[in-house]
Formats: sequence, C-alpha cells, structure tokens
Amino acid sequence: MTTTADIHEPTFLAGDEFSIPTFRLLQQDGTLFEGATAPELDQAQALAIYRAMVATRVLDERMLAAQRQGRLSFYMQCTGEEASVVGATAALDDADMIMAQYREQGALIYRGFTFDEFMNQLFGNELDYGKGRQMPIHYGSRKLHYMTISSPLATQIPQATGYAYGQKLAGDGQCTAVFFGEGAASEGDFHAALNMAAVHEVPVIFFCRNNGYAISTPSIEQFAADGVAPRAFGYRMHVIRVDGNDILAVHTATREARRIAVEHNQPVLIEAMSYRLAAHSSSDDPSGYRSKKEEEAWREKDPILRMQCWLNEQGWWSEDEEKALQESLRREVLETMKRAEKRPPPPLDSLVTDVYADVTPELQRQLDALKRHVRRYPEAYPKGARALDPDVQADDTAAKGEK
Amino acid sequence: MPTMNMLQAINNALDIAMGEDDKVLCFGEDVGSFGGVFRATSHLQEKYGRARCFNTPLVEQGIIGFANGLAAQGSVPVAEIQFADYIFPAFDQIVNETAKFRYRSGDLFNVGGLTIRAPYGGGISGGLYHSQSPEAYFAHTPGLKIVVPRDPYQAKGLLLAAIRDPDPVLFFEPKRLYRAAVGEVPEEDYQLPIGEAEVIREGSDVTLVGWGAQMEVIERAVELAEKDGISCEVIDLRSLLPWDQETVAESVLKTGRLVITHEAPRTGGFAGEIAAAIQERCFLYLESPIARVTGLDTPFPLTLEKEYLPDHLKIVEAIRDSVNF
Repeated sequence: MTTTADIHEPTFLAGDEFSIPTFRLLQQDGTLFEGATAPELDQAQALAIYRAMVATRVLDERMLAAQRQGRLSFYMQCTGEEASVVGATAALDDADMIMAQYREQGALIYRGFTFDEFMNQLFGNELDYGKGRQMPIHYGSRKLHYMTISSPLATQIPQATGYAYGQKLAGDGQCTAVFFGEGAASEGDFHAALNMAAVHEVPVIFFCRNNGYAISTPSIEQFAADGVAPRAFGYRMHVIRVDGNDILAVHTATREARRIAVEHNQPVLIEAMSYRLAAHSSSDDPSGYRSKKEEEAWREKDPILRMQCWLNEQGWWSEDEEKALQESLRREVLETMKRAEKRPPPPLDSLVTDVYADVTPELQRQLDALKRHVRRYPEAYPKGARALDPDVQADDTAAKGEK
Repeated sequence: MPTMNMLQAINNALDIAMGEDDKVLCFGEDVGSFGGVFRATSHLQEKYGRARCFNTPLVEQGIIGFANGLAAQGSVPVAEIQFADYIFPAFDQIVNETAKFRYRSGDLFNVGGLTIRAPYGGGISGGLYHSQSPEAYFAHTPGLKIVVPRDPYQAKGLLLAAIRDPDPVLFFEPKRLYRAAVGEVPEEDYQLPIGEAEVIREGSDVTLVGWGAQMEVIERAVELAEKDGISCEVIDLRSLLPWDQETVAESVLKTGRLVITHEAPRTGGFAGEIAAAIQERCFLYLESPIARVTGLDTPFPLTLEKEYLPDHLKIVEAIRDSVNF
C-alpha cells in the first residue's frame, strides 16, 4: 500500500530524523536500570541460561586451543555474543525452528546438544550427523529443531521466511528464528527475506547480531545508516534494537517478538548490539584491523559477567558454584574431545549417499572405481581405507595389536 | 482422451498435485489470480485459495530461498521462475542450498519436495533474455535433477513425477511449444520416470540425442535423412540429471554414430558431457566422430535467431557427415 499524500515542495527525506534507541535492562554491576523490570525468569531457567552461556565460552576456548594444536582444522567462537544467542533461544518455544549463521552454538547448547554431539561434528567422525561432510561448526539437529548450518552467508534468511510460512499454514503455533550478522545483512537475500515475510505475514523473527565487524570490515564500511534496524521501516515491520550483552533485555525483547510473530503472524526484526570479542575465526587475526583498547572496552561489558552479577544479586549463585561449574565443564569438554578424536571417520560409502535420496547408477560407478583405487593405494588414503569395509577395518585393528 | 496443449497439460498436472496433497503450493511472479504470464497456473488460486497459490514480490533469489525453507519444513513447493533467463539471481540458492541440503545435513534435512518450473528456449523472438537454455549450468551441480519435456503428454507425466520425486527438480518447459504442441493427454493421474531416456524411433545407422523443443527439430531432420536412406534412432533424453547413459550407450553400440543437439551454446553445453561419456563407453564401436549441433558460442541474438538456432537442416547435414565419414 503506497501512500498517496501530496506535497507541493520538493522535500527529500533521509531518515535521519529516526534514531533507534537501545533497549536495556541490566547494568554491568548486575543491578537493573531505574524503571527497568526484569522478565519473569525463575531460578531454574535463569541458571539454565547462565550454564549455557558459560558452557559456550568453555567449549569455544578449549576448541580454539585444539585448533591451535592442530587437532582441529577450523573453529569459530561465539565469545562476547553469548547473551544475544542464548537469551533469544531461551525466549523461544523448544519446537520453534532456529536457522543460524555459524556463531550460534549457544543456542544448541541451551537446547541440549551434548558436548559429544558437538565434538562428533567438529572432528567429522562416524557419529557426526553430517557424516563428516562439512567444515567444523556447521552443526545441525533435527530433534532440537536447529537447521544445519551452511557457509554461504544470508541464504538461511529467505529460507526462514519460507519455513515460517509453512509453519503458519500448519497452524501449530510455531515460529522460526533466524540469526545472522550485520555483514550478512548486506546480502541480497536479507532484503528478499524481510520483504517477503512482511508481504506474506509470516511468523519469523529476524535476529541480527550486530557485533561491529564482518571479518575485518567495520560496520561503518558495511552501511551508512543507523545500523540494520531502520531497514525494518522500509518493509513495514516491527523492529527493536537491544543491548546484546544484556541477557534480560535480549530475553524480554525476543519473548515479545515471538508473541507478535505467533499471535499476529507478523515478522519482527531484532538488532542486538554486541561485540565479537574473539577473532572472526581460527584463520583470522584481528590485531591487524582493530585496537586492543577497543577490545578491552568491550571486555568490560562481558555479558557472562553481567549475568553472573545479576544472579549473585538474586542470591541464586555463588563463587563456589561458579568454580564447580567451570571445572566440571572443562573436564567434560576435554573428555568428550578425546573420545571424538579417536572415533573412526565415516565409511567411504557415505561419500555418495544423500546427494540424492537414492544413489544414482553413475554415482555407484564412481564409488566402485574409487574403492578399487583406494584398495590399491591404502597408505595414500588412510581415512578412506580405514572406513572402506569390514575386511579393511579388521586388518587395521590387527595392526594395532588389539586382536 | 482429451486434447491439450502443453500449458493445459502443465496446469492439469498442478491441479492434480494440489488436489491430492494440500502441502503442494504454487507461487512465483504473477502466478496468483492472473494465473501466470503464460497461464500455467490459471484458476489454481480460485480453486485452492490465496494461501496455496500466490504472487511473490519480484525477487528470484527470494522465491527460491523461500521455496527451500518451505520444502525443508515439509511442504511441497512448486516455484515458478518467469523465464529461465531470470533464474540466475537464484543460482546461489539453487546450487549452494537446494542441491546440497540433504548431503550437508547427513539427511537430517532435505528439500526434496521442491520443484522449480521455468520456461526456457528460443524460437519466439525473445532475444538475449527470453530465449536461454541454462540447463548445462545446473547439470554441473550434484544434488539437482533436471527434467525437460517435449510435448503435453510428457509435460504432465514428468511434472507430476517431479513434484512427487524425493529430490529437488528443475523443470524446464519449452515455451515455444506451450501452445504449439497439442496432443492427447490422459485426464487421469500418471507419471513418467525421471532419469530414463526414451527411444522414440528405432534405427540402425545413426543415433540422435536431444531433449525438449529440440526433439521436434530432430524429427524434421530425420524425415529428410530417411529420404536419403539413412536409418535414424532417435532418443529423447527427458532427464539431463541424472541422465540415462545406458540407453544412449546401448543405441550407439548398435548404430556406431552419434549426433547430439541442443539450443544452448556449444562450449560447456551438455552435449559435451554426453559425447565424452559415450566416447569412453563405446570407443571401439564408433564409426565417426560424435557430432554436436548446437547454438553458437554467442549470447542469444534477436534478428538472426533463425541463423543461430540448430535447425533441422544443420542437423541433417551433421547426420549425412556422420554417415559419410
């Protein structure tokens, strides 16, 4: 519905008159801002959120170290953005679909993805649901309603619109939450997704993690406007900007967004302002493009510490409990990593399954040829030879003296 | 048996699919109450409602991204791209997402319900952007199926098969034949197999392979060749991915000669794939070089369209050259 009001002077508008405020509830010392009201969170859920945030941090720190030791090919940390991701996830129904980018492992942890499940994917072993096909951190879980991650940025955003349209037709009262960074929001798929969601009245929550950088590109080189949030006006969409390091604000905003999405079949955009405290990935060194001073300033806004202070204020958490949690998480991460590392790779046959629902004759021919080749040169293809078939595995065991 | 043109056959297939399964949805640009710029979706919105047959904003990458999400959710989307020439904005969604959805998730998720319909091909004075045959771009992408019908009977049977196929299917419709091709089409539900070629004429001297609108051109060339006393075996590939190597190889083992034709440009065209595979499989049986009769390696021209297209005269020349080699 295009407006038809007339003006009779050439008046150009740039949108500068809009300044989108940031919704904040919790101060860094753990007390609420004046006039702020904490969301209804009981102790059990608050602690579940906190545990998921801490577990995300512990997992990230250990696995980055594992990458540095050469045990893992690649890794990406969520550090600094745990409150955004976990706080939002906790505001969803467990059966709502989550479509993430690649920095949302906290959502999976909150929903109960085990460290074993993480590790199997990271090491691409025989138990990985993705059958060792994708790079590390490309998780997926059907039972936890977490769509498998893919590397191409923003492709999941219009998919979320479509998924949520299907949910609307199904009428089960579910919605889809889709996460992406402020860099991905520059892709054409972002525009396609938001416009279609608004036009077709789809119950989807677009959750933008604005952490200031897309690899080395600061957001000032990403967009000229006041962040991503104002774009919602162009689509006639509900929007809120929230302090992404404020667990209570993120949770409250997402809970309300979900209500709008599910009760009114309206999409909502949330822009969570945060900071990517770690490098972009294990292949990146941020010292080349941003200052230590800037990083330090944000380290003081650590979302985990902020929530910890709030929990202490509530009398729900203690130093002893913190210590015990940290220790048990570290131990568990280490143990599961050792288990996953030792597991064999997926069978060679898995190279050609799932390309289609059934293996095509041509793919079968290609696999057969590959097997003949690997049998001829097993030393050159250790993973493939080990996973070739039972005979080869038996030989392998014998070589280790376990027979 | 009723007579239908290709559009009516496609419309009929969509009607049957939507009638049988309320998860089937049709959408795209102008697909809704208008019924599509070619009328392939006529009356479907009237019959099944706006929620199941609707217009989308004008954004191809959005249409296919939306369709991928819907299919992953368990719906059965039939997305229309108005012209195959405009499928390229959705190339990333199709190649990186649609095609890899099942594989990358270890089959946790799939978009097997998805069918993408797009009118393709020249011969309608469509110039650069209403004439293209982009099948070879997609044939290089594991995970997709590509189907091209040649007449109304095939269009209905293959489209119903595509909609019900467990894998995502690109369904390219030869728009030159939308109204020109008329034939008997059973009213009832039927399917034709995906991945299987069809030998539509048996012969002993040379094998001709094509698909879609080019089959009609091949038929005209074959009539001329038969007058010269050349016995032609004609194969409609029907599916380009996966393609039926067995049927083509079996034919070439018999005839010893192969002519492949498509409208798309020669370099990187799908004929190259067929030629290479058949050369590998039938090397000792080939009596002459495999011939490709294709569009030129140029963008698709307007005024000189007739000169550009691989017509029946170019094909019959290739047949004669092959037989006289």
